Amino acid sequence: MSKPVIQIENLGKRYVVSSERERYLSLRDELAKKFSTKRRKIEAQKRDFWALKDISFTIEQGDVVGIIGQNGAGKSTLLKVLSQITPPTTGSVVLRGRTVSLLEVGTGFHPELTGRENIFLNGAILGMTRTEIRQKFDEIVEFSEISRFLDTPVKRYSSGMYVRLAFAVAAHLEPEVLLVDEVLAVGDSQFQRKCIAKMGEVSKGGRTVLFVSHNMAAVRQLCSSGVVIRKGSIQHAGPISECIEAYTTAVSSSNTTILSHFKAIDSNITLNRLVANGSDLDYLILKPGDDRLLLELDGFAQNSMNIDLEMRLTDPYGSPLAFFAPGLEKGHGRRIEVGEFRLTYDVQLPRLFKGRYVASFYVTDPGRRGWADADMALTIEAEGFATASGRVFDNSSSAGWLALRDVRGTGQSDL
Amino acid sequence: MSQPVEITIRPPKGFVGLNWRELWRFRDLFVVLAWRDISVRYKQTVLGALWAIFQPLVTMVIFTFIFNRVAKVESGDGTPYPIFLYVGLLFWQYYSGTLTKASDSMVLNAGMVQKIYFPRLILPAASAITGFVDLAVSSIILVIMMIYYGFVPHLVGIAILPCLLVCMLLSSLGTGLVLASLNVKYRDVRYALPFLIQTLMYVTPVIYPVAMLAKYPIIKECMLWLNPMSGVISNARAGILGNSPIDWHALLASTVSSIILFVIGLYYFRATERYFADVV
Repeated sequence: MSKPVIQIENLGKRYVVSSERERYLSLRDELAKKFSTKRRKIEAQKRDFWALKDISFTIEQGDVVGIIGQNGAGKSTLLKVLSQITPPTTGSVVLRGRTVSLLEVGTGFHPELTGRENIFLNGAILGMTRTEIRQKFDEIVEFSEISRFLDTPVKRYSSGMYVRLAFAVAAHLEPEVLLVDEVLAVGDSQFQRKCIAKMGEVSKGGRTVLFVSHNMAAVRQLCSSGVVIRKGSIQHAGPISECIEAYTTAVSSSNTTILSHFKAIDSNITLNRLVANGSDLDYLILKPGDDRLLLELDGFAQNSMNIDLEMRLTDPYGSPLAFFAPGLEKGHGRRIEVGEFRLTYDVQLPRLFKGRYVASFYVTDPGRRGWADADMALTIEAEGFATASGRVFDNSSSAGWLALRDVRGTGQSDL
Repeated sequence: MSQPVEITIRPPKGFVGLNWRELWRFRDLFVVLAWRDISVRYKQTVLGALWAIFQPLVTMVIFTFIFNRVAKVESGDGTPYPIFLYVGLLFWQYYSGTLTKASDSMVLNAGMVQKIYFPRLILPAASAITGFVDLAVSSIILVIMMIYYGFVPHLVGIAILPCLLVCMLLSSLGTGLVLASLNVKYRDVRYALPFLIQTLMYVTPVIYPVAMLAKYPIIKECMLWLNPMSGVISNARAGILGNSPIDWHALLASTVSSIILFVIGLYYFRATERYFADVV
């Protein structure tokens, strides 16, 4: 048995967070601080933040490992330390083999250069030699589907073409160890599937891959084992299915409200509460026979506006299962005036097999604009239903997600 | 493929020397980045590389009128003022350009610094190389002027030219490295730099000969030893135009001070570069 390819011991990374809000320090401020009598007070405002703490694990040759965790858990910091972009504060890492890290697609792309020139530029930035790039050039062009625009400056590309080209270069790296951060979330869904397939191909070639993603479906498909990181420490390490389970359980038991998942709320509205079946927590159990979802959204509008609540039901990995958008069907949302508002909905759910589902919410002016989004905000634990034989179908079995029923159902031969 | 490499990542302690092997491994990136800077430089311009000629040429015409005709500054050794000035401008253009580009290199390429590992030194070094392209292009005017005025360069002058170019490279890069790392943390550099360059030009013999300072020997010595470009420019004139002897004293001062500047720059840069990705 050869030595592990990646060996991480007691890795820690500390940031000193100062509570001042300014992003750019200026020399004057630093000098003012140096001579200030209030220096001690300013020191006190700084606090240590351990982005990573006591991380230890090893990865063997050929392992494809998924690193999962919530936003801010430290996944990207871990990759940055492994990529030598930022030094650790404690501990050590041993990397054996030519390592390439892919933290972003299209790093270093120059808008003025043509597609062809950018392939060479980006390839070199990602650590390919010129000969390697020349050998792979045709493959890269073919994968990116932009051969007609090869000699156009990339600033004239659509954003889709841009990411396709960027990913195509990255996908043709052939290192021994590949560190990948959330880069599959690019392009349209068809291209994403192509990317995931390519990644699968890459990882089957005996290469060691460390893969950070929020896309649980991709992680499950690509990785054999995983590491769950929570608040900078390892929460679980083991086979990938265990890790996904540990991760989703941790997310759902965190006792937070649905409302706290809302991001990018438009300044025209304030949201006060979102209640599902009487609870504002982001974890809901559907008892056998429960097929209703009562939603209640309270808020405050700065202007009169059209508003509607839309909901997407997905599996825990983010693949869409169903969509609720009453306003889109009617062609308009609800008209509200300045002041407090309350929107209530009574959603008829399809029959769900036992298992976990996740709902995302979108507050919109239907078809026109969004006011606020909450991705994967409510975890729904469906208890399913017993069939006549007493068996409870589980959504992880081959049954799937939705139970269809025969509405004719005479139970007799139709002949 | 290459040999399996083993890398150990640990918290950095103290000063880490230059990793030559690593720099060599990243030579392709260096070449590609230098090529990028050169090929991007005059994209979407009508005049293209003519800008490299246009700028010093127009400056020469205006400065000749103001400093020579109006203010009566002379070259001091009988050299016609336009060509005397042009040699100074040529070298000054490289120096100020490299200083500016090197200082901005970390901030302009912040995306790369945050997402990719490579020896950070490559970025300012690539900007120092690209300056030579402009220098070569604008030298064409110098050659034309030399033919017009009938100048033949000294043999010794040609011999010391590489040394002058190296001094110029080391001093601009050395200062640029310090400013680049300061710029990562303090954006004041961005505002201070144009002012600094303007001031430096007046304390460098670009528009006047060093001989004009004969009455102020202390200031002259300070200028020679603290500002490597003084010796570079005055010796470039002596070497290329051949109207005055080569000032070995100034050449020594330039060589010593530019090496010291470069070492300081390199040391400061190496000591701070590991936190660039967190701060920039």
